[in-house]
Amino acid sequence: MAIEVNGKSFETDEEGYLANLNDWEKDVATVMAKEDDIELSDDHWEIINFLREYYEEYQIAPAVRVLTKAVGKKLGKDKGNSKYLYELFPYGPGKQACKFAGLPKPTGCV
Amino acid sequence: MASKFETPQVRKFPIIPKLENSATSHLSPFKSKEEFQSSLGYPGELVENWQEKAIDKMGDLLGKYRSLRVYLDSCIQCGACTDKCHYYQGTKDPNNMPVGRQNLMRSVYRRYFTLPGKYFPKLVGAKDLTKEVLDDWYSYYHQCSQCRRCAVFCPIGIDTAEISMAAREVMDSIGVGQKYCNEIIGKVHKIGNNLGLPEPALADTLEGLEEDVLDDTEIDVKFPLDVKDSEVLLVTPSADFFAEPHVDGLIGYAKVFHQAGISWTLSSHASEAANFGMFIGSYDNMKKLAMRIREAALELNVKRIVFGECGHAWRVAYSFLNTLAGPFDFLDPRYPVPQHICEITNGLIDQNVLNFDKSANDDMTLTYHDSCNVARASSMGGIMGGQFTIPRKIIQTVANNFYDMDDETIKEKTYCCGGGGGLLTDDLMELRVKGALPRMEALKHLIEEKGVTHMAAICAICKSQFSKVFQYYDLELDQIVSLHQLVSNALIMNKKEV
Repeated sequence: MAIEVNGKSFETDEEGYLANLNDWEKDVATVMAKEDDIELSDDHWEIINFLREYYEEYQIAPAVRVLTKAVGKKLGKDKGNSKYLYELFPYGPGKQACKFAGLPKPTGCV
Repeated sequence: MASKFETPQVRKFPIIPKLENSATSHLSPFKSKEEFQSSLGYPGELVENWQEKAIDKMGDLLGKYRSLRVYLDSCIQCGACTDKCHYYQGTKDPNNMPVGRQNLMRSVYRRYFTLPGKYFPKLVGAKDLTKEVLDDWYSYYHQCSQCRRCAVFCPIGIDTAEISMAAREVMDSIGVGQKYCNEIIGKVHKIGNNLGLPEPALADTLEGLEEDVLDDTEIDVKFPLDVKDSEVLLVTPSADFFAEPHVDGLIGYAKVFHQAGISWTLSSHASEAANFGMFIGSYDNMKKLAMRIREAALELNVKRIVFGECGHAWRVAYSFLNTLAGPFDFLDPRYPVPQHICEITNGLIDQNVLNFDKSANDDMTLTYHDSCNVARASSMGGIMGGQFTIPRKIIQTVANNFYDMDDETIKEKTYCCGGGGGLLTDDLMELRVKGALPRMEALKHLIEEKGVTHMAAICAICKSQFSKVFQYYDLELDQIVSLHQLVSNALIMNKKEV
């Protein structure tokens, strides 16, 4: 499977996650979000950028609590909770935000 | 993102649904890729002489597991099981009646392994193993969560879970594996846990939890990793590091150990309690996964092994750990091998080591979901029915408001959450939502009658499944809680450091 972004084709898996992390560019996230009826705002980008930075260091997406804590520190305590993240990414920050960020899907009992 | 389907109506009185043939024949999880298959020792794609190989494998399993042959031979089609499966109730598909599911393999068994089936197949309902039959196997043996509720009602005791496991093992052996399970098992072989959480990320996550608990309680509760000579090795599902409400349970275990003064450690080598080898019926993979726990226990020189809140892990641990990875003669013989975290907490309650402020949980009115593998395949505390009484006793020790759901839906008759047995994957969301119906009905009745607000569970799969499917039934995702989250809320911690 693949998605088209600016006339370029990007390989994805069956669930729409990017096959190669290094292929990612900003417009990939924008197009993926559009398919899920989401217009990416600065708030979304804060999360997506954090996910990519964390992944670069640890080779995995951050745990929900690690993410909420980081968001809370950066954007204020009222935003450091999963409710805020679910408002931005209704299908779940773990799965949907990871997809937009070009990261593999978290696996396991999550 | 998810495909469109209708959430089943919550019924006032559960009645047996009218059959809808092939209602969910379109549900089939993603197939495993070559790389995942080969890391588990299976062919990467459907092999050329697959039919012959599959029959050989079936013969092999029939020889190895006498139970499988008995289950396939002894069904008298009495119908006692028909309405007992949550997937049948939610999907109305007759192949999701336990007997219907069994018959998919039984008809093939008769054709190749019984005399009348070989000569008069039509007379005895025997069928060739065709590609269509294989496709049905793949679809419907991945619509069974191996919860074993049907076996409770079968007068002969036929265990459909074992038939499902065998079917998946046969399919894997000819190159037809399921992506969700097999990718995950590969990650445990390689990295040590289902998530693929490497040691530095695990260490960072645990450090973060220490900060959080210190902020909340002003007490320096540790989350030790790879600390040699600890008393206890805690083996817990990796979801406890990653997801909510799981992580709140992990905080509860840490507080209990801290307060009781028991030294403990997690292991980066055995950073997973789950054992998906059981879901795919693979003894070899199950053994390989279990061996990591033995290796970690030896390496860290611990005296006891304790399992966190994970349903099927407790089945594997309670029922098979010794034969898979034993003998455990190097552990302290005064304790059972292994122990469940609920047994630890329960024992400490009995010894008056832990004190609680029950009012800390007064914002909740609770019920308890018995996880299938704990309920029907294990025990706790060395007492008959301990797996039912101990978790309930803990909840009632730490919280004031508790009610049980309808008797027909709890304890040994408990309903699966709808996501067990390797089905907790987004490509089966329709099945998961529909299969949750009987549990949702029981819960919603209790919400109406008693004002219950939250349901506690001791299984990572149940917790993730409910936090996803609740929204389809107009419930909030945080209405599912970890049992040790309740313990954590109410436990009175000594401010003075020991």
